[in-house]
Amino acid sequence: MKNAINFIVTIIVALILSQFLPWWSIMVAGFVTALFFSLKRSAVFLVPFLAILLLWSVYCFWLSSGHDFIMAKKIAVLLPLDGNPYLLILVTGLIGGLAAGVAAILGKQCAVLIRN
Amino acid sequence: MRFFKLGIALILTVLVFFVLNTKLGSIPPMGKFLNPVSGVWQNDSEEIITGNLSIDGLLDVVTVHYDSILIPHIFAQNDSDLYRAQGYITAKHRLWQMEFQTFAAAGRLSEIIGEKALEYDQQQRRRGMIFGAENALIKMKEDPETYKFMEAYRDGVNSYINQLDTNDLPVEYKLLDYKPELWSSEKTALLLMYMTKMLAGGDSDLEYTNALHLFGKERFDLLFPDFYGELDPVIPEDTNWDFITTEITATPEHKIPRDSISETIDKPHPNNGSNNWAVAAEKSASGNAILANDPHLGLNLPSIWFVMQLQTPEHNAMGATLPGALGVISGFNNHISWGVTNATRDVLDWYKIEFKDASRQQYKYGNGWKNTRVRVENIKINGAETLQDSVIYTHYGPVTYDKNFKGNGEKIGYAMKWTGHIGGNNQLPFLQLNKAKTYEDYENALKNYTAPAQNFAFASTSGDVALWIQGLFPNKWKGQGKFLMDGSNPENEWQSFIPQQFNAHVKNPERGFISSANQHPVDETYPFYVFNDGYETYRNRVINDFFRNKEKISVEDFKSLQNNNFNLKASELLPNIFEHMDVTGLTSEEKEIYNQIKAWDFYSEIDQLAPSIWDLWWEKLYDQVWDEFENDDLALDTPFIYQTIYLLKNNPEDQFMDIVSTPETETAKDLFLITFKASAKELLDWKAKNGNYNWSEYKGTFTGHLLQALPAFSRFDIPIGGDYNTVNAASKNHGPSWRMIVEMSTPPRALGIYPGGQSGNPGSKYYDNFIDDWAAGNYHELLFMQDNTTNSQIMATQTLTPKQ
Repeated sequence: MKNAINFIVTIIVALILSQFLPWWSIMVAGFVTALFFSLKRSAVFLVPFLAILLLWSVYCFWLSSGHDFIMAKKIAVLLPLDGNPYLLILVTGLIGGLAAGVAAILGKQCAVLIRN
Repeated sequence: MRFFKLGIALILTVLVFFVLNTKLGSIPPMGKFLNPVSGVWQNDSEEIITGNLSIDGLLDVVTVHYDSILIPHIFAQNDSDLYRAQGYITAKHRLWQMEFQTFAAAGRLSEIIGEKALEYDQQQRRRGMIFGAENALIKMKEDPETYKFMEAYRDGVNSYINQLDTNDLPVEYKLLDYKPELWSSEKTALLLMYMTKMLAGGDSDLEYTNALHLFGKERFDLLFPDFYGELDPVIPEDTNWDFITTEITATPEHKIPRDSISETIDKPHPNNGSNNWAVAAEKSASGNAILANDPHLGLNLPSIWFVMQLQTPEHNAMGATLPGALGVISGFNNHISWGVTNATRDVLDWYKIEFKDASRQQYKYGNGWKNTRVRVENIKINGAETLQDSVIYTHYGPVTYDKNFKGNGEKIGYAMKWTGHIGGNNQLPFLQLNKAKTYEDYENALKNYTAPAQNFAFASTSGDVALWIQGLFPNKWKGQGKFLMDGSNPENEWQSFIPQQFNAHVKNPERGFISSANQHPVDETYPFYVFNDGYETYRNRVINDFFRNKEKISVEDFKSLQNNNFNLKASELLPNIFEHMDVTGLTSEEKEIYNQIKAWDFYSEIDQLAPSIWDLWWEKLYDQVWDEFENDDLALDTPFIYQTIYLLKNNPEDQFMDIVSTPETETAKDLFLITFKASAKELLDWKAKNGNYNWSEYKGTFTGHLLQALPAFSRFDIPIGGDYNTVNAASKNHGPSWRMIVEMSTPPRALGIYPGGQSGNPGSKYYDNFIDDWAAGNYHELLFMQDNTTNSQIMATQTLTPKQ
């Protein structure tokens, strides 16, 4: 249950913050959510990781699929990901998830410190 | 323990943030770059081209209609609004490119891409590119109206930049992690300098000086004659020059310095050139004059051209614009059409400077000394310390070569004298052409145009055709500026300029057509000194023969001529080779290749094998003939193609035919065989690796993104025929950058296409959507709107309103 709440709250906070903050809004979201909805063990990292992975992937897909992935295919040549836009979506999601997850670990440690 | 964990988490977080937020080498800051909210995903979309935009400084409402290929048709109520809207709309589609080109002009690429651009930037600074732009801007400001429009354009660009959010930035900014600067009128002047350097920034004076000392005068004159036998010049040979009352400058006493130079600065692409032609009413099948233009430039994406229609109640012009400059550059209006080709001439000379002492504050001039001035160039480098380069200026111009740069010691320098530095209001002539109604308007528009000198072709609805070779040309004494000159001798100065009215021109010639293809501007009867500045000798003859052999010409003929792949060059040498080359010792594989080229009809079409054989064979043959020019200690330019073929055919036993590195004495026919065998071997290797060497695949024409042809944003293996000496001058990464045909009916009917697309965004479907049609020789019928009412060909309309 706590995992699900953290998951949803991370996404909502990330969505709201992205309106005002640069790309690292997802790190803030991971951090803040971990402060208030503390999880245990690997879930500390995994839940926000999956939340942002999902958020960014869906957002990318939504932006790019309506446009035949024209740019995504080219960036997937540039990086290089064999010109595969889905791989690029995955990489984007992984990067976002990683950043949010790591920030959440920091948030969790702060929460532990404050509570004690 | 808790603090330890916290510490680890903190370090980890900071590290992840740093890595994802920082550009590491050529890897963009991945978090910033890939995040869907403001990163590259936002560029996977089309520009919004509907609705209302409110723009600061507009006086009235401006309407922008976009047709189905994203050409904007701008309708304004006055000129100031028109150019403001042109600036805004151009920036909307081409911002990154327009800024990047001005950075390239000013020698500021290191700021963006780091140290790898340093050598280039330093050359641009030492060429005096910014100095030239500053001088041009002074002249532009002298005409308050031009300057007012330039400011309107500038403000239009800046209105666009100021409303940009991070997520709207063109992808290149995101990739390289930087932001656009505000536009300025100086940037427009810099863009025009960029074109001036591209088209009039070449010379071979120092290379010729070296060759003269190495081979002697007699041999030099054989290799580099002032005129060729067959010219077919731009201005027809029978032109009467009696109206010219100014004399050629008398040749003074002078000596060519004995200096030798080991390395010179980069030259513009040798194939930069163009075709234009027009037939008068009486030679036109429809009875309307017809004009065509196709500038041959580097094939880049985003394309150098951006097509627009620009209308006010007073005038209505359409055609190719240069992002960063005002008005239409090659185009038409309801009365006239015009097109430009490069009128290269020797307008760049070198003077040897002898400094008084190591302080270099004074240099010898006449019986005394003149003071130098120093311009400190600060070259900012991304990821490294700013480089300061002090460039000494003389009254001639910048001392490009000195002890700090490719020079010859402490007290010697070589100063550049260039029409590009003199400054001119080269924006105004185009604005006037956009509005011109008659031949007289066209003539007046060109009067003050200085550089880069162009062959301005003209056709009008009244059925007239004309061509002025317009630019600022020094009136040189015979031979002046072919070699390095002694800067201490005042007699070596450019003493005057050819008065503008005596520039070569032609109106309604008897033959019924005008044309230019970068060949000799005039024959030897023109009273002023003109010598071979690398003139083309093939396209011009194919074009002129085409018109001479056909009585009435139609738009269809124009299309077929612009796409003509007849290889006159090959046809002038190969029969001689077939006659003299000894083929008895060829292997069966070689014999097969030999038979392929022997059966060739000399058309360089995409599906043929022979053009590939010819291309490689010629390259090897040319290099082998001029092996004497391979010299690490001296900068040398090899002789021109035409003269090379002339010598191969007429002086086959000349000493130059000998291969220096072999003990035998080779003649032309030996070179034919040796280079043929080498070519055959290479072609067979190529075939084993890539499949058959069809011309299209073998040539591999591509349009490269401006960032060093970044593969993701470039287009490769474009199937197009021709080579750099055919009328369809498409070589590997160079060719017809804008093909236009205009029939001067009322209203005019125009066709146009270029190897790119209207959008500068690699993520747009309009980025490169013209390329396939361009390669196939197809055209777009240009929608030339007569009034501001939308029609079925308009896909979207945007209204620009004054900001309240």
